[in-house]
Amino acid sequence: MTAAITVDGLEVIFDRFRALKGVSLEVRSGESFGLVGESGSGKSTLLRAIAGLAPVASGSITVNGKTLGARRDKAFYREVQMVFQDPYGSLHPRQTVDRLLQEPLAIHGFADGEKRIERALDEVGLGNGFRFRYAHQLSGGQRQRVAIARALILEPSILLLDEPTSALDASVQAEVLNLLEEVRRRRKLTFLMVSHDLAIITHMCERLMVMQSGEAVENLTAAQLVAHRVTEDYTRNLLRASEGFVRTA
Amino acid sequence: MSTLLDVEDLRVTFPTRTGLIEAVRGVSFSLGRERLGIVGESGSGKSQTGRAIMGLTPPQARISAKKLAFDGIDLLGISPRERRALRGNRIAMILQDPKYSLDPVMSIGRQIVETLRTHEKVSKAEARERALAMLEAVQIRDPKRVFDLHPHEVSGGMGQRAMIAMMLIAGPEMMIADEPTSALDVTVQLDVLGILDRLVSDRGMGLIFISHDLRLVSSFCDRVIVMYAGKVVEQLKASELGQAQHPYTRGLLNCMPRIGFERHPLPVLDRKPEWAA
Repeated sequence: MTAAITVDGLEVIFDRFRALKGVSLEVRSGESFGLVGESGSGKSTLLRAIAGLAPVASGSITVNGKTLGARRDKAFYREVQMVFQDPYGSLHPRQTVDRLLQEPLAIHGFADGEKRIERALDEVGLGNGFRFRYAHQLSGGQRQRVAIARALILEPSILLLDEPTSALDASVQAEVLNLLEEVRRRRKLTFLMVSHDLAIITHMCERLMVMQSGEAVENLTAAQLVAHRVTEDYTRNLLRASEGFVRTA
Repeated sequence: MSTLLDVEDLRVTFPTRTGLIEAVRGVSFSLGRERLGIVGESGSGKSQTGRAIMGLTPPQARISAKKLAFDGIDLLGISPRERRALRGNRIAMILQDPKYSLDPVMSIGRQIVETLRTHEKVSKAEARERALAMLEAVQIRDPKRVFDLHPHEVSGGMGQRAMIAMMLIAGPEMMIADEPTSALDVTVQLDVLGILDRLVSDRGMGLIFISHDLRLVSSFCDRVIVMYAGKVVEQLKASELGQAQHPYTRGLLNCMPRIGFERHPLPVLDRKPEWAA
């Protein structure tokens, strides 16, 4: 199986703070891969570094066989798109859904915009009726659907998902997770997904990497995690915490 | 069990340009010296219920209730001054995010001392001693150092412990915790809950724990109230959550992914208009 994303010895430094301390990772084509960790573990930074949104100090990133330089070209963004955590902050408040979806099409010079917008909205379960609404007229779940539609409209092969449901209610989260699984199956996408929630990662991903303070703690398959076959104490702690509060009397 | 708080038919209404919005629509429950969870999704009215009890509803909103009594005191009948004397003293509240709920330009120690000296006549030296003891009680290892730190200098977990210390220093009988751990990392979350749990049971306080996380609440509380669209749809013992009757409660429990329970796709909530009726 070919690798969709290969990260090797990646270092990210903000001023003097080392956010990533030499992280390596391989995501196979068509796979769904999870990054788990607590705040400050560097999981989001890793995702942003791949998207070209974090200052890479050293190490290499290869996407679909092409090693990336400091700048991403247009072709890269045809292949890789990102969905952000906060659906309230990631959509332009003064643009309609239609305008939001047209922007990536205009940048990449697609001619059949009309049809693509209709299809993208349809695919994420929003009818054409949502096309001329503004973000503030939508609920959190609907906004996240628009963000997913915007990511899918260029037909990328890789989707980077940064906590795509943590700002949503539990029932809406289920809907969005189902939608993501469905589009992945239909379009044979590769997912690289960040979450602090082990349950979501085991639900969505086949393999995962646990991170802590800028370093990889361990690599696991979802099945290993479910069976509690973990070797690191940190992962065991996370697992215990995900089971809820236990009274020690 | 003696009743600490009695709520009957509580309503909170907000006037808007398009008419009245009823955030809380006839909520009734009572609280003894126990841990009561209020669970619901955004817009269910759970936070507004807590704020109405605390007396922190925005001034433009209207509150009405057949009964809203704390230890026999009619909370809607007393003057703002009397209400203020209760707040922070006999009734305390912990908010979600210590980054926003602590005063950013005041050291943590001074904030705790301020709370204490507002409600009790104690000397500065004694207030300082008690604040340090309280910081120790919430398991802050080096209370003397933390006393002089400002909120931006501490982590989220530490900030939330300081918040708990501040809320407990006047020895309240009832505590309202509105999503006290939602802004924290999972492992820190359990530490903070453990501290809260021990202090609440040691002091025999009544606790109202407001959260969106049904499973967390049921592992922490004795009793759970489930709210939907401003109403209570179900009240049950936390231990009997598995036998929940209302389809909303069951749907909410079901729709969360769980480790070791493979379900693709996840069951989603099918919202029925009659739930909100």
